Amino acid sequence: MREVAIIGIGQTKVGEHWEKSLRQLAAEAIRVAMHDAGIERADALYVGNALSGEIAHQEHLGALVADFAGLKGIEAVKVEAGGASGAAALRVGYLAVASGLNDVVVVCGVGKMTDRIEAMRTAALALTLDGDYEAAHGLSLAAVWALIMRRYMHEYGVKHEDFAPFTMNAHSNAMGNPYAMFRRPISAEAFARAPMIADPIGLLDMAPLADGAAAVVLCPARQGREFTDKAVEIVASAAATDAVALHDREDPLFLRAAHLSAQRAYQLAGVKAEEIDIFELHDESTIAAALSLEACGFAERGQGVRLAQEGKIALNGRIPISTMGGLKARGNPVGATGLYQVVEVVQQLRGEAGVNQVKGARLGMAQSLGGSGATAITHILAA
Amino acid sequence: MSIAHNWRLRNQRYRLVGEVCGNCGAKLFPPRDVCPACGHSMATPSLTPMQGENPPEGTNQTTAYVFSGRGEVYSYSTVYQAPEGYGEFVPYTVALVKLEEGPLVTAQLADVDPDEVRIGMPVEMVTRKLKEEGKDGIIVYGYKFRPRLKA
Repeated sequence: MREVAIIGIGQTKVGEHWEKSLRQLAAEAIRVAMHDAGIERADALYVGNALSGEIAHQEHLGALVADFAGLKGIEAVKVEAGGASGAAALRVGYLAVASGLNDVVVVCGVGKMTDRIEAMRTAALALTLDGDYEAAHGLSLAAVWALIMRRYMHEYGVKHEDFAPFTMNAHSNAMGNPYAMFRRPISAEAFARAPMIADPIGLLDMAPLADGAAAVVLCPARQGREFTDKAVEIVASAAATDAVALHDREDPLFLRAAHLSAQRAYQLAGVKAEEIDIFELHDESTIAAALSLEACGFAERGQGVRLAQEGKIALNGRIPISTMGGLKARGNPVGATGLYQVVEVVQQLRGEAGVNQVKGARLGMAQSLGGSGATAITHILAA
Repeated sequence: MSIAHNWRLRNQRYRLVGEVCGNCGAKLFPPRDVCPACGHSMATPSLTPMQGENPPEGTNQTTAYVFSGRGEVYSYSTVYQAPEGYGEFVPYTVALVKLEEGPLVTAQLADVDPDEVRIGMPVEMVTRKLKEEGKDGIIVYGYKFRPRLKA
């Protein structure tokens, strides 16, 4: 197996792109990444996306995006794992290069979520739950996070307002990210007053669904210098799964897939959690952020919220999260999200994060979750 | 969801039919082909027992099992933004219910004020309408849970 490096990154703004179609968004991010890497051709393309069939009436994205991005003819497939689709596509691209079978690989994540009304987007996201035993009973993904959050609050004596720092931190950081969807601060009062989606999950607990695309170019690490002097190495790539239905999990308050995936990634990279300088976690909901910190060894069980309250998740904190806004404020274009996380880690490790720069960042971790945590895919990158 | 799809789920939706693993004795809802507790590969039970006729304890054949429907609320949430198809029921309360035999199940709560729901509240299964598949489509029924009525 060979080491793999990222030699180019690209992203579109995250938002409601009424004028841009799914294929246009994907092609835009890919062209920016290829230009960043200084390449005109690639051996393979992996497209991460969830729900294109349901929302954009379009499947078969591998071939479609390859054609419209000027890569017609190369091997290309769509990779899907719910909200972790982008990270899953990166994993497949990583395996293609690490195996020695491909040299230059483009990975793109794309999400086109805003063409449908709210109720339809909610129903589409529910397709990543257990259809027969969760979605059929009227559950939304937000409702599943709500069931987890209510029990968590009950067991650990935490109040809803205690989760505000996750949202406030994300929005504060997004102000320095020109690609972010929401670039204004949110106060603790606004968080507490927000209307309920599925209580105790309120409007400001959940990341907004949006449109966007992000892409990276991979090559063998040994060849990285031929393309760029800003190559970033992928030192770990690990994926794990758990029961899709929350009620089938051994412990509903533990993101076991996130834990397994992170443990394996630490082992592959030869590092401990304490050595991670930035963690782009899957803050699809405030409770998901707290549980991700606990599952990956940054906080004890039931203490994830306290980490946020004590400011340890800030840019100058012990474990900065959502450094460019996270899912909550940069936005959540579902299938594209995993690639946005990785692009942002690369920006940090290259020293190109501007006002959001985490000083001395050398090791960055990105983790994407599918559904309510049934898939977890973790990548660790090194400067 | 199609007619065939809903029809396949009828024993689970109307009668909480699960199964007992013939290898480790775990009571499972819904039935599975591989036991999540011990990994034992299970043939689909060939007989659905009549109401009340569960297999005697200690049998080591995988058999169907009808849950009593009694349980308690493990967690709950009242939904205000519903997925398409469930909007007419808003607000409705969903819950994780811990059945007295062990498994957790996800379902809506019925016949109860959202403000009165508590973790630990005893509940029992009832059969209610889950949704309508459009104006001309089938009406889908299934399990919900209401506060357990005392005699």
